[in-house]
Amino acid sequence: MHEISLLESVLETLETQAKQQGFQQVKQVVLEIGALSCVEADALRFGFEVVMKNSLAEHAELVIIKIAGQGICPKCQQQVLLETLHDPCHHCGSFGVTVLQGQSMRIKELIVI
Amino acid sequence: MCGICGCGSSKLSPLKPHHHHHDDKHSHSHAQETHGERLVRVEQDILAKNDGYAEQNRQYFQQHGIFALNFVSSPGAGKTTLLVATINALKNTRPIFVIEGDQQTDLDADRIRATGVAALQINTGKACHLDAHDIGHAVQSLKVPDNSLLAIENVGNLVCPSSFDLGEAHKVVVLSVTEGDDKPLKYPDMFHAADLMIINKIDLLPYTNFDVDRCIEFAKRINPAIEVLQLSATQEHTMGAWLEWLNQH
Repeated sequence: MHEISLLESVLETLETQAKQQGFQQVKQVVLEIGALSCVEADALRFGFEVVMKNSLAEHAELVIIKIAGQGICPKCQQQVLLETLHDPCHHCGSFGVTVLQGQSMRIKELIVI
Repeated sequence: MCGICGCGSSKLSPLKPHHHHHDDKHSHSHAQETHGERLVRVEQDILAKNDGYAEQNRQYFQQHGIFALNFVSSPGAGKTTLLVATINALKNTRPIFVIEGDQQTDLDADRIRATGVAALQINTGKACHLDAHDIGHAVQSLKVPDNSLLAIENVGNLVCPSSFDLGEAHKVVVLSVTEGDDKPLKYPDMFHAADLMIINKIDLLPYTNFDVDRCIEFAKRINPAIEVLQLSATQEHTMGAWLEWLNQH
């Protein structure tokens, strides 16, 4: 359950931002989660309420934006949509597609009071 | 108070945000000033703090000639046995230090210390991985000297440690032939993140259905550049290629 560690890291960022940007309460947290990142959106949703309890983001809404996995085929040089890290190129069937996008996990923005 | 990062506990310091393109697929409201509400753009990687500490560790290791390896595997693949055998082979040729990560107990560090090499045990409690902040502190308390080999044995887990950069030179994933040969496909993130795969317990191959070629093919589907070594940490004569790999890195 490293989702809990990730959410604790999110909470630390919220606390830092609250000081820097002068807000007291977080109403909504928007995360961008890559399709190839090592995290389950459902596990994040499950843990969010627990980790944010008694914090400035208690009862905040969690919005998760999924970022599609994309890569480039080392053989045919075409762009490939990836659902997993071991998908073959759907143009030429080669494995070992170089990942360009979809592994990141980001805090995008917040709605605050 | 911590001398590395100024932390009083496990609190970490903020790091620089990344640039990012706006994605238009989401459906939430962008109202900037509704009922006193406002939008704050953050645009920061969730792992930014860990990655910042990992980068500090990496710079420290480079400046001090410390060669750090992050050993990852599922529980029972033989990481500690591999480390003990490696230490016994190399301890008279270079300084070696070990950081052991487990949820509970000092048992692994005790096994390392029995070789005469210094080891620090980190108990992660409920956490399923070591993070870069843990490692920065451990390196300071172990007083790792210049030009050492630093072996970090991560918590036995093929999922979570793949996301947490510790500042190591290489992740080494250990897979034993008593596991499934399809593990690279089942846990692709780890095999994608590793530079070297060690297939361990190779002496037990006749007693298993493990297909070495199939396992390597699966690992290379995910990571074409991954290097592969086969050995048995309990059989000294199988360790040559691994010790040579260490000498060349």
